[in-house]
Amino acid sequence: MQLPILSVLIFLPLLGIIPLFFLSQKNDKVLKGYTLALSLVEFVLSLRLWFGFNDAATGMQFVERHNWLPQYGISYFVGIDGFSLLLIMLTTFLTPICVLATWEDVQFRVKEFMICLLFMMSGMIGVFVSLDVFLFYVFWELQLIPMYLLIGVWGNPARRVYAAVKFFLYTMFGSLLMLVAILVLYFYHAKTTGTYTFDLLKLYGLNVPFNMQFWMFLAFALAFAIKVPMFPFHTWLPDAHTEAPTVGSVILAAVLLKMGTYGFLRFNMPLFPEAAYYFVPLFSILAIIGIVYGALVSMVQKDLKRLIAFSSVSHLGFVMLGLFTYTMQGVQGGIIQMINHGLSTGALFLIVGCIYERRHTRMIADFGGLSTPMPIYATIFMIVALSSIGLPGLNGFVGEFLILLGAFKVNKLYAAIAATGVIFAACYMLWMFQRVMFGKVTNEKNMGLSDLSWREIAYFAPLLLFIVWIGVYPSTFLDKTKATTAQFISKMEKANKGTKLTLSHLFKGEAR
Amino acid sequence: MTIPVPSFSLSSIGPWLTLTIAAIIILLVDAFSPKGRKGIFPILALVALAVAAWQTYCLWGKVGVDFSRMVYLDNFAFYFYLIIILGTALTILLSPNYLEEFGKNLGEYYALVLFAAVGMLLMAASAHFIMIFLGLEIMSIAVYVLAGLFREDPRSNEAALKYLVLGAFASGFLLFGMVMLYGAGGGTLYLSELASKLSSYAELTRPLTLLGLALIIVGFGFKVASVPFHMWTPDVYEGAPTNVTAFMAVGVKAAAFAAFARVMFMVFPDFTVQWNMVLWVLAVATMTLGNVVAIAQTNIKRMLAYSSIAHAGYLMVALVAHNQLGAVSLLYYLLAYTIMNIGAFAVVILVGRKKDSYLNIYDYSGLGFQHPALAATMAIFMLALAGIPPTAGFVGKFYIFSAAVKAGYIWLAIIGVMNSLVSVYYYLRITVLMYMRPAEAELGPIPFTYGLTFAVALTAVATLAIGIFPGFFYDMAVNSVKIFPGLAG
Repeated sequence: MQLPILSVLIFLPLLGIIPLFFLSQKNDKVLKGYTLALSLVEFVLSLRLWFGFNDAATGMQFVERHNWLPQYGISYFVGIDGFSLLLIMLTTFLTPICVLATWEDVQFRVKEFMICLLFMMSGMIGVFVSLDVFLFYVFWELQLIPMYLLIGVWGNPARRVYAAVKFFLYTMFGSLLMLVAILVLYFYHAKTTGTYTFDLLKLYGLNVPFNMQFWMFLAFALAFAIKVPMFPFHTWLPDAHTEAPTVGSVILAAVLLKMGTYGFLRFNMPLFPEAAYYFVPLFSILAIIGIVYGALVSMVQKDLKRLIAFSSVSHLGFVMLGLFTYTMQGVQGGIIQMINHGLSTGALFLIVGCIYERRHTRMIADFGGLSTPMPIYATIFMIVALSSIGLPGLNGFVGEFLILLGAFKVNKLYAAIAATGVIFAACYMLWMFQRVMFGKVTNEKNMGLSDLSWREIAYFAPLLLFIVWIGVYPSTFLDKTKATTAQFISKMEKANKGTKLTLSHLFKGEAR
Repeated sequence: MTIPVPSFSLSSIGPWLTLTIAAIIILLVDAFSPKGRKGIFPILALVALAVAAWQTYCLWGKVGVDFSRMVYLDNFAFYFYLIIILGTALTILLSPNYLEEFGKNLGEYYALVLFAAVGMLLMAASAHFIMIFLGLEIMSIAVYVLAGLFREDPRSNEAALKYLVLGAFASGFLLFGMVMLYGAGGGTLYLSELASKLSSYAELTRPLTLLGLALIIVGFGFKVASVPFHMWTPDVYEGAPTNVTAFMAVGVKAAAFAAFARVMFMVFPDFTVQWNMVLWVLAVATMTLGNVVAIAQTNIKRMLAYSSIAHAGYLMVALVAHNQLGAVSLLYYLLAYTIMNIGAFAVVILVGRKKDSYLNIYDYSGLGFQHPALAATMAIFMLALAGIPPTAGFVGKFYIFSAAVKAGYIWLAIIGVMNSLVSVYYYLRITVLMYMRPAEAELGPIPFTYGLTFAVALTAVATLAIGIFPGFFYDMAVNSVKIFPGLAG
């Protein structure tokens, strides 16, 4: 019998929590070491997915299905395709790094912190592998709780509770409307086919009338757009990012936000393809507003974390723009950009975490000339900043270029405006870098700062490796998503014709 | 002249008899035994409840009527038996030490709880309006006394008096509604006969029928604490002893919903269009008021009182849906609600300590790290009440809103989930206080006694267990609601 690898990945961290209860709170190094070991095991296990994954196959792989509540058509149904594979790898890859980053940072309630972290990991992987809508919803809500605790308990004392509650309520708001839409979809499926099921693949086959698609698309989109976050729903993000502890910000930016974009790819678009075409202008424009607005607001931030948070809004605008092009380049670029954002922004938050640990401030004005006392730090910071800007040869370029290419094929104006986002990114990133790193050391407290320790270098090294790898040879990663994307595009194309017909029909009717 | 005695079988009311006998024995033992034997009462009560549960188990699956068609024997009743017995048993687990603190660990408390439970069982199985009324009164009178158990405490007195006066008034409404239906139905109060007499549209829309129905809704609305008949709830819940509050919040509500649902599903199955609009409005008002006002509460018992109003609103959504799934969700939700709510009250008793001196929500500050296990269970109950997976509360809400969507009440479902969102705010505040605020004062030792600790642990585990594996109770509930042929698929 084959090892049920996905279940192992979901439940290993959960089971791993149990020994933590019996470890002493005092030996925080033991607790951290244990969690590090567990997350490394998890990463090694997830490599099985990477190497066992069949690039050419279009369907779901590593599928597991067990009855959960058969009376209700609910099953424990998991599997992955190209879309989820990369995100799972990102999750398992970043968790050990996060544990390493907590080594000195977290001293308060270490045991509970590690429990939250492992709980989180289960939830995240669960979200990415669920193919049963009910199961997905359970995981989707489940990972809220540990994140809420991470922000609220270990966050910045001043406003952490506000940020945590805001995060929870915002996400909950969207997902509850999604729950109603899920139910409507479920009963519609039962009405048309006679079978009650939450099986996503079966729901894909449904031909939902356009007016239902319209509302259900909006309900799902609200849940995911809040998570992404897209432009008008982004206000929880800067607060959550700024108040969260370093590792919380890393996970939030790198993985949690991707749940939103992943949700669009996995649920919104394939379930309601006609509506997905219908809403292209709306969502593309919101994405572009996000790109430009996020970048402009980043420029005026005084707090490093807030700056990076707003840059996330901008970067995820790119992802959304790419996905809504429904072109091979756009969608693949969108996916690779999700990974890029996870790596670069994750690394940026870690970088801010490093100086926050040393100086206990994140204000740009408190720094200046850090490259003199911290040369290694300056180098790493420079590479990551450039990758976030999208310098050719580093990962950011690949994603943004593909997205702009896709957008250009669909609408030249969109591509042109979105491209300004890259320029603005260079402005805010480099300007921030200049103010923090270059010039003379103006603040005396910054004189004696120690450079990165070996531990810190150890967790930046793998990040840098992939930043360069994706930049130089993205095919390794693009190949994994190619088949799935092609299938996705062809599916969307089919729906497109239908919509165009009805739309032109409408216009003709008006003309008459 | 001989009066023929209709044949009956005592076994069909076995659980009632067991609990009644046990209550009488407790009273006798209390009267005749010297002081210092108090420990025996809770054990006697629990044993009686266990026997009643076993009798219910033996009855499970039986279908029919007994005692001159006065009592229904069906799984719908038996499911409620189990919920009520479970709720009563958990209440008794909470009681001994708490009552001891107030010097009120008396035999009559246990006897009254058992009597109230008998009344609840009666309501769940009534086949006749007079039986419903009898059950309601047996239950209510016992609970009036229980609410005033701490007779030196003015708040407890206030609670009892308020509950008594308003409750009597509501009973009057119910009785008056029955009178109207007696007239409308041509001289019968059997539920099944009323159903056939009132089956035509013309009969149903006669003013007499409508008035009777309206008055009955008022009567039940009072007992389940639905808006606008909820005014008594916060004061009574706050003033009554905490264990009695727990009992009222789950037992009384379950019993009232049992009778309410049976009347609605049986007598008025074809009446969907008319009474559903009324119930729709009541459900929305109940949910919204309960949740919004709960936000402003700083006393944990008051907060839970308003939350119980809100939960009555969710349960009414299940009635509005008026389909089989709705009935199933009603049963499942009441079970889940019983478990998680009693759990929450058990934590309130533990944290309240010494004569309830810590009932403010800010007394929970810092609990998370001083008493991690206790706080974790409270967090589970709060998340369950808020309806967050993977708890029983989530599955219950999921069923209820499914039923609403299935019946086409999509707006009701949307209002319902938005209400859940509002409720998340105040339930979450407890976790915020427990985990994210430093303790304001040293909490001091918490009296973990066997009964209470066991109740908390059991309810916490059960909340998670039936949330993750709801299949068994779902099937049971499906099995139970088959007796209502009038319900749509």
